[in-house]
Amino acid sequence: MSNHSNRAVPHIVLNEGLIFEKSSPGKRAFDLPPLDVPEVDARKALGESYRREGVEGFPEVSEIEVLRHFTRLSTWNYAIDLGMYPLGSCTMKYNPRVNEYVARLAGIATEHPYQPQELSQGCLKVLQLLEKCLLEITGMDVVTLQPAAGAQGELTGLLLIRAYHQKHGNPRKRVLIPDSAHGTNPATAVIAGYEVQNIKSDAAGQIDMAHLREHVTSDVAALMLTNPSTLGIFEQQIPQIAEILHAQGALLYMDGANMNALTGVTRPGDLGVDVMHLNLHKTFSTPHGGGGPGAGPVAMKKNLEPFLPVPVLVEKEGGRLALDSHRKESIGKVKAFNGNFGVLVRALAYILAYGPGIRQATEDAVLNANYIRKGLEGTYDLPYTRPSMHEVVFSDAIQKKNGVNTMDIAKRLIDYGFHPYTTAFPLIVPGALMIEPTESESKEECDLFIDAMQAIAEEAKTNPELVKTAPHNTRIRRLDEVGAARKPVLRWKPAEKQSKAAD
Amino acid sequence: MRYLPKSPAEREEMLAAIGAKSVEELFSTIPEAYRLQEPLNLPPAMSEAEVIAYFQQRASENSVGYTSYLGAGVYNHLRSVVTDTILQRGEFLTSYTPYQAEISQGTLQAIFEFQTLMCQLTGQEVANASMYDGSTATTEAVLMAERLTNRRRVLVARSVHPEYRDVLKTYAKNSGLRVEEIGYTAAGTLDAKGIEASLKDDVCAVVVQSPNFFGAIETLAPLADAAHRSGALLVVAVTEAVSLGIVKPPSEADIVAMEGQSFGLAPSYGGPFVGVIASREKFVRQMPGRLAGQTTDLEGRRGFVLTLATREQHIRREKATSNICTNQALCALAATVHLTLLGKEGLRELAEQNLSKAQFALKELENIPGVRRTFSAPFFNEFTVELPRSAKMVNAALLKEKIVGPFVLGTAYPELTKHALVCVTETTPRSEIERFAAAVKHTLEQPL
Repeated sequence: MSNHSNRAVPHIVLNEGLIFEKSSPGKRAFDLPPLDVPEVDARKALGESYRREGVEGFPEVSEIEVLRHFTRLSTWNYAIDLGMYPLGSCTMKYNPRVNEYVARLAGIATEHPYQPQELSQGCLKVLQLLEKCLLEITGMDVVTLQPAAGAQGELTGLLLIRAYHQKHGNPRKRVLIPDSAHGTNPATAVIAGYEVQNIKSDAAGQIDMAHLREHVTSDVAALMLTNPSTLGIFEQQIPQIAEILHAQGALLYMDGANMNALTGVTRPGDLGVDVMHLNLHKTFSTPHGGGGPGAGPVAMKKNLEPFLPVPVLVEKEGGRLALDSHRKESIGKVKAFNGNFGVLVRALAYILAYGPGIRQATEDAVLNANYIRKGLEGTYDLPYTRPSMHEVVFSDAIQKKNGVNTMDIAKRLIDYGFHPYTTAFPLIVPGALMIEPTESESKEECDLFIDAMQAIAEEAKTNPELVKTAPHNTRIRRLDEVGAARKPVLRWKPAEKQSKAAD
Repeated sequence: MRYLPKSPAEREEMLAAIGAKSVEELFSTIPEAYRLQEPLNLPPAMSEAEVIAYFQQRASENSVGYTSYLGAGVYNHLRSVVTDTILQRGEFLTSYTPYQAEISQGTLQAIFEFQTLMCQLTGQEVANASMYDGSTATTEAVLMAERLTNRRRVLVARSVHPEYRDVLKTYAKNSGLRVEEIGYTAAGTLDAKGIEASLKDDVCAVVVQSPNFFGAIETLAPLADAAHRSGALLVVAVTEAVSLGIVKPPSEADIVAMEGQSFGLAPSYGGPFVGVIASREKFVRQMPGRLAGQTTDLEGRRGFVLTLATREQHIRREKATSNICTNQALCALAATVHLTLLGKEGLRELAEQNLSKAQFALKELENIPGVRRTFSAPFFNEFTVELPRSAKMVNAALLKEKIVGPFVLGTAYPELTKHALVCVTETTPRSEIERFAAAVKHTLEQPL
């Protein structure tokens, strides 16, 4: 008889074990076509010392079990397809399904990065059109599609800046980063060989200009600015910021994570930005997929072009496209092959569906954020009151009086059928609730969200314990994260080995 | 626009609720001089059918109808419909990084299973949730070794994928890391004497790939010993992960950096793929990237969370082990489902078929006058051959027969212009291998 935990139970509390626990020798879920060449004895071909008998512990299950296992696991996830996913800074918008379809076409998914370029003109045209669209959207001169994600885009951008300064005599020492920035910014600056200097925000949540002026010296390579900032506020003085930097020979890097607030409305290139990255998995709808893959193209002004990472897409006479890897001043390669091509395909499909109407998406995103702000202002504390762009940041200051913090409210939101907003970020807002609805939410969905947040605020007053112990309607309750980190269990092991390890 | 769920009346209603007269007012913080007055100059909006037609047209301009003998880090393997069915479930496809564990158990448990499979495959004790690809995984493995040893020199085999070495050099340039390359022997494997001579107490890592870029399988144990004797770590890169179904795992390595593209991911013109870093338990706190760990909930039930996050950029900022944030989660899920489908038997059979096909292809090619195997070390599904004339010229002729010839080694290895790296997998039918060999023979019979 099976043990207690394997007893049949209603689905929501279904105990779907690890796939390894379902394994039974001899079961299989995959058949190969028969081998049509003579079978080789691996002992002879490889030599006994190189040969492996088989992978110890690998699962042995049937096809239905595999399908059911992962389908069951999937039902334990929240998803955009189920409802609003208002994670600030993450831009969780609808992922159009046609994008998935075209990325899987024979002739697109099947292409090898080393196949002759005369047999890759279709792929290269996709890259070229995407480059053109992104340049038009950003108002920049040149773009590379190589970086695999935003953080790699940041690194690429800083390496470009470093190469630029190096050419002008000295790579410089420091990168300025506002205190509201994403954690990737300082982590990236260090890999690019720079010291990090934090720049304060003023009381309105903008860059403190006096503080900035003081710190922009001839030692400064660049300022990494997120605009709109992580407070969802447009950095109004960006042209002046660019001037201050340029006067000292420093460059302005823009973290384009929040480009969903600007697309079709204003262009970083026109605002004085020298180099920026885009997160195609945010603004341009490629699916997050539980944490990736993404793509982090980097757009720049002409003066950085000589340093582009290789390969660089070039148009030869007769319109033939080619990838050029012979560039003397290039920063080198940042990733093998041709970027996350499949992600780039999806982003282009998204842009093509909108055309110039992409501005409407931006307008709706900003409209939704402001509508939610209006609906919750007063109920939740709004530490920075300047107009919101695509996201709004509240704090838990009011609820804290009853011992309820942002994490509690976030967890309670799960009970109301929503994914939580971003908690505890940006760092300059203690107890932050960072809400980004995106354009993909209807008025009805926004209203439901506001209602839920209002109800939770009420509960925080009348029944704080209910909020503090949330969620109540999930398959599992709050998890012991401290225990997980103290004694990490990072892989499954067969039972006997596990008990041995415990001895 | 079909993706936007609002009617004009609803937009008006919402503006009224906000107290704004127009949408323009919402953008009033952007200085007016910088607000676009004209629509963007983008191609006109397309219906779904037009989007599909556009990409079908592009697809037809590519290599459809050709047989390929390219590998060199990107492999064509069978992929099951089941894998893609799972990947297209919205609950996986359209979910975020699993920071909210209570409603992300699906993704978290799948990552935990991925980490387990990667450990089993590589013979290592811990594996992370994924890196961008094999090239950045290899680079991050070296940076990890640098942190663990506090040393600044790294010895890299020239038989490591040229693009992996290029990426390492890009990252190393500014971190004070000195990259030195070590040659290969007539067997096609790392020159162990070269390593011994260069290993000093300032070397943080020795980096090899196995099977290496020439297809040759490296002997790891003596390399590990040599590295360890001088206090360096052994980093082993794996680009063709299917080999691990039949080739001994790199358990002697201190860090394994793997490309998992062979497990259910399409070549897709070079990405997205899935990198993996696997290592020893004692090194886990210097690992880059996300990790899922097992724990319990308030009621004692098993669950999974992202853990040891104090290594990561969102907590540690400039002191993080890496700047990686978004990784390749969905690609890791593809590999997890694919490997679960293959299972123990399936993976072994798959690897055996690759081995047999490659041996068959080598024999066919060796029957051609003037063609010989370049290196003597055992190989898996890729091998290097020397041709009596430039490999580039041979490939140009093959193209006319609708064959994309093997990878030409001359660009990355100027000493090997007549040499080509042939890859054959379970997807290459015998009849095609024979046609390929006949075409090579025919080409070589033509006068130059």
